[in-house]
Amino acid sequence: MITVKELTKRYARNAAVDHISFEIQKGQIVGFLGPNGAGKTTTMRMLTCFLPPTAGTATVAGFDVLEEPMEVKKRIGYLPETPPLYPEMMTGEYLSFVGGLKGLRGAELKQRIDYVSERCAIADVRNKQLGKLSKGYRQRVGLAQAIIHDPEVLILDEPTAGLDPKQINETRDLIKSLAGDHTIILSTHILPEVEQTCQQVIIINKGKLVATDTVDNLQSRARGAEPVLVEVAGRNGSLDPNVVQARIAKVSGVNRIVLKQKQPTHSTFEVETQKDQFVRGDLARAIVEAGWDLNEMRSSAVSLEEVFLQLTGSQEVAPKEEAVVTGASK
Amino acid sequence: MRNVWLIWRKEMRSYFVSPVAYVLIVICALFFGFFFWSLLQAYLQFSMEAQMRGEMFPMNMPEEIARRLFGNVPVTGLFIIPLITMRLFAEEKRTGTIELLTTSPIRDGEVILGKWLAATTMYSCLLLMSALNIGFLFLYSRPDWKPLLVTYLGLFLQAAGLLAIGTFISTLTKNQIIAGALTFCANLLIFVCGWVGEYNSETWARVLAYLSVSTHMESFTRGTLDSKDAIYYLTLILVGLFLTARSLESLRWRS
Ligand SMILES: Nc1ncnc2c1ncn2[C@@H]1O[C@H](COP(=O)(O)OP(=O)(O)OP(=O)(O)O)[C@@H](O)[C@H]1O
Ligand SMILES: [Mg+2]
Repeated sequence: MITVKELTKRYARNAAVDHISFEIQKGQIVGFLGPNGAGKTTTMRMLTCFLPPTAGTATVAGFDVLEEPMEVKKRIGYLPETPPLYPEMMTGEYLSFVGGLKGLRGAELKQRIDYVSERCAIADVRNKQLGKLSKGYRQRVGLAQAIIHDPEVLILDEPTAGLDPKQINETRDLIKSLAGDHTIILSTHILPEVEQTCQQVIIINKGKLVATDTVDNLQSRARGAEPVLVEVAGRNGSLDPNVVQARIAKVSGVNRIVLKQKQPTHSTFEVETQKDQFVRGDLARAIVEAGWDLNEMRSSAVSLEEVFLQLTGSQEVAPKEEAVVTGASK
Repeated sequence: MRNVWLIWRKEMRSYFVSPVAYVLIVICALFFGFFFWSLLQAYLQFSMEAQMRGEMFPMNMPEEIARRLFGNVPVTGLFIIPLITMRLFAEEKRTGTIELLTTSPIRDGEVILGKWLAATTMYSCLLLMSALNIGFLFLYSRPDWKPLLVTYLGLFLQAAGLLAIGTFISTLTKNQIIAGALTFCANLLIFVCGWVGEYNSETWARVLAYLSVSTHMESFTRGTLDSKDAIYYLTLILVGLFLTARSLESLRWRS
């Protein structure tokens, strides 16, 4: 549905988007992920024919954005970073104006306005001036104008920015319900959003494509060798970490064990286990049977967040620590 | 064509929803009213003096008043036109709504035409304010209305040309004030550059005089429709709109 080849956009000397290529199948929801200034908005602007690419090609629904922009524009709904609202217009009037721009007429237009007002929960502000709406409502009206003509391709630049949690969920549900008939690209910084809504992720950083894969693949890549943190204490007030280390290393499925923290009475180890092997039971049993106390065992679950941070080269990887067994002493 | 109408309607609404239209209408009504009143005073005085001296009263007072009144319209226009055109594109660029227009299946030309037509409509409403005063002349005398109509046509064409220039300048910046100030300067320049032709008959001066909007008004104010002058104004409109189209296009390549 969308094919991007070596797409490049240069502002003066620096490239905002640098030779990006990807492909999106019909009916997919694709998350466009990247830190601030990565080039998400720029890429979306090129896909919507707002900006011409410096180099490379992009085709949307089979039409080249440079050669046949009119055909592309007919088939896309676009929610820009800031919703394009005319402050002096009423919400209903605005939707009818945008609907007209997109070629809707008469009864069909009326019916679509009713439909999107209901879907985007803006029916109660139909007769309010857009300039007087709160940020969240503006965002909703922005979303409503993007889907008013039921476009094949939806391009949403941070669709949930500024919404309250309830509305975020509703918007995600709305987006998910549109998938299938519609191809959707949405940009976001919020990783759980991608995990929950999207099937495919495109990660870019500093204008370069870092990764493109399905959400499932990226997650399992992240879960690869999931380390487990174990805190072990000696019964009689003293503990020799080397002995513990040797014991744990014998448990099957354990790849590597590293002493993280050493104290006279207890020590913490990081245990790397083999992929797809659940060794925590054996691990706990081995420790308890050797006569030590198992104070704590938790996995430092690697989330998409971590993959994202690794891929985009930021440091400060703060693993989401998830308590599994705490204070299970015998 | 439907899209042009859509844009036109939106622009007209935004003139009339915001106080812009009303402020301009009141200003114009006051100005033209004042011009008219002072002209009338002057002529009353003049005719009284003429009668006292026992001379024949110069025949066509109403026409003379109308001609003088119309003489003030272009000058008023110099101040009013920037106020009408400055927001056309600058505002859309500032608020980001330009992104909606340029990603909708509507041609640049339709947007430009709709906006420019709205501006000319707005200006025509203001011209009507002067017609109110001319209407008074018809109440008390029977001036020849055909030359008046030709004069109106001239005023309209001249303003339409300057409005097209203003529309173009509005695409150059995000800032309405800058757009307005630049439009004022540009229009003033096009207006006064003809004055050199009055004292100077070298080629460059004649060219400048030809390019100026003010030198082409004369035939219209005399009530004779000179196609050369009409063509000049139509060309000015086309040049303005063409520049607007080029600017919108290059806007995307630049930004
Ligand atoms: N009009 C412009 N002129 C010059 N540089 C620009 C322009 N617009 C964007 N850039 C640059 O292009 C790069 C990418 O910007 P872009 O807006 O695409 O980032 P983004 O991924 O959308 O970021 P964010 O998450 O903050 O929205 C940035 O470095 C930005 O400074
Ligand atoms: Mg952005």
